[in-house]
Amino acid sequence: MNSAEVLRQLSTVSASLFLLTSFALLAQRHMRAFLIWFSFQGILLGSLSAMVAYSTDSYELYVSAILAFFLKGILIPFLLWKIVIRLGVNREVETQINLFSTMLIGAILVLFSYYVSLPIQKTIMDMTRNIIAIGLACVLISMLIMITRRKAVTQVVGYLTLENSLFFTATAATHGMPLVVEIGVAFDVLIAVLIFGVFFFQIRKTFDSLDLRHLENKP
Amino acid sequence: MNPWFLNFLEALLLIGIAPLVSTVLKNFKAVLQNRQGPGLLQSYRDLFKMFSKEPVLPHGVSWIFRLAPYTVFAATALACAIVPTILIQAPLSAAADVITLVGLFALARFFTALGAMDTGTAFGGMGASREMTFAALAEPAMLMGVFVLSLTAESTNLSTMMHIMLKGNLGLKPSLAFALTCLILIAIAETGRIPVDNPSTHLELTMVHEAMILEYSGRYLALIEWAKQMKLVLFATLLINLFAPWGIAEEISSNALIISLGTWIVKLLILLLILAILETSMAKMRIFRLPEYLGLAFLVAILGMLTHYILEPPL
Repeated sequence: MNSAEVLRQLSTVSASLFLLTSFALLAQRHMRAFLIWFSFQGILLGSLSAMVAYSTDSYELYVSAILAFFLKGILIPFLLWKIVIRLGVNREVETQINLFSTMLIGAILVLFSYYVSLPIQKTIMDMTRNIIAIGLACVLISMLIMITRRKAVTQVVGYLTLENSLFFTATAATHGMPLVVEIGVAFDVLIAVLIFGVFFFQIRKTFDSLDLRHLENKP
Repeated sequence: MNPWFLNFLEALLLIGIAPLVSTVLKNFKAVLQNRQGPGLLQSYRDLFKMFSKEPVLPHGVSWIFRLAPYTVFAATALACAIVPTILIQAPLSAAADVITLVGLFALARFFTALGAMDTGTAFGGMGASREMTFAALAEPAMLMGVFVLSLTAESTNLSTMMHIMLKGNLGLKPSLAFALTCLILIAIAETGRIPVDNPSTHLELTMVHEAMILEYSGRYLALIEWAKQMKLVLFATLLINLFAPWGIAEEISSNALIISLGTWIVKLLILLLILAILETSMAKMRIFRLPEYLGLAFLVAILGMLTHYILEPPL
């Protein structure tokens, strides 16, 4: 087996692991496990970028790999966990519909995005073939995570997963965005988490709960 | 040596070793929990004791109650003959594929439930209804898990699947990892091990399998217990030989057969140790969480199928 073949297989494995983390986030009940899977997704993203960087000899991607690893894998989950502890919402995550049907919808989304991305796949190079389908599916699943959860914290994690999926698709399909964009997005996300933290406290101060249904009620 | 004779010996080996395997598992658990385990021959002694006792039948049971243990035992014993254990091309496994295997398990389960309902007691009915509810979820999941493997091997025949796993230059296939996860989850559920059902309890509210066989005694109970032990060995062998078949004998020679037997025993011991660690570190699940657990197994299998189609184009 030559190195290109090994790389192709490794990227296949990481794509399926990425899909697995998306489904795991969709299936989690507990806040702690939810954040652990989220952190695992960030670490996976970092190692995928490092792998693509190695295969294409681009030093910029190494930087974005390190950024993904430390920001998305360690710092942001840690900050969110701190916020969750401070707010005392580290209990079960409530879902709108039951978990099994949520995951079934997730599986249907994967099929859907596969069919949507069939025409795209024919035009791109071999190593990243089909990874676009997985990336699109993960984007849709992240939206599903945001739709099916009631609490603000899980919605934010859903949003960050969405960003992760986009980053994953960009890295795998086009070998990364320009370094300026990557750094900009990474710090945007970090700042977003900090601002969301402030929002959490505001929401709780106003409604005594993080349940987003309160936001819909008219005063 | 005649392959039919070897196949027969293989089935006898599985049937004969089953009580020993369950005792070994109990011993592993005992060591992990700082207890003293039972002697290695304890299961055989239990079976001997039950066989030599006179069975007591509840009032008003029909012939189905007496037929059920024999059917359960026969179906499981036949399943033992189908699964290739130490020889990859056994004649009977060429005759029956993995769907037959699932069918045989379903037959055994059907008769256990019938025998349980025949007594008309509340426990029998409750156990049977629970068992059938979980079976309706577990069987499709098991079939889906096996089908992921079949897609790779392009066959549902167990010997062919093992052969492809052994010889085919597969590389890293994530779909196989999903299939393995699914089948481990299902094997735990089907053999009634800890997160799903506690094999060593008679606690009324939680039991599934024990509730169904509550009214059996004597040789009937012995047959059912033995069949249950055989099921554990069968699932272990299936997992070992489908996902790690290295060392299995491909031709009939005494050398290959001995190596195959040795590696099989080592792999079985490793799997039992993993199972013992899992059972010790986990608590039993709430019974209403079980459909979710089985649904998870089903979804993992579906994910395996999706990754097979999306990420693993035929080379």
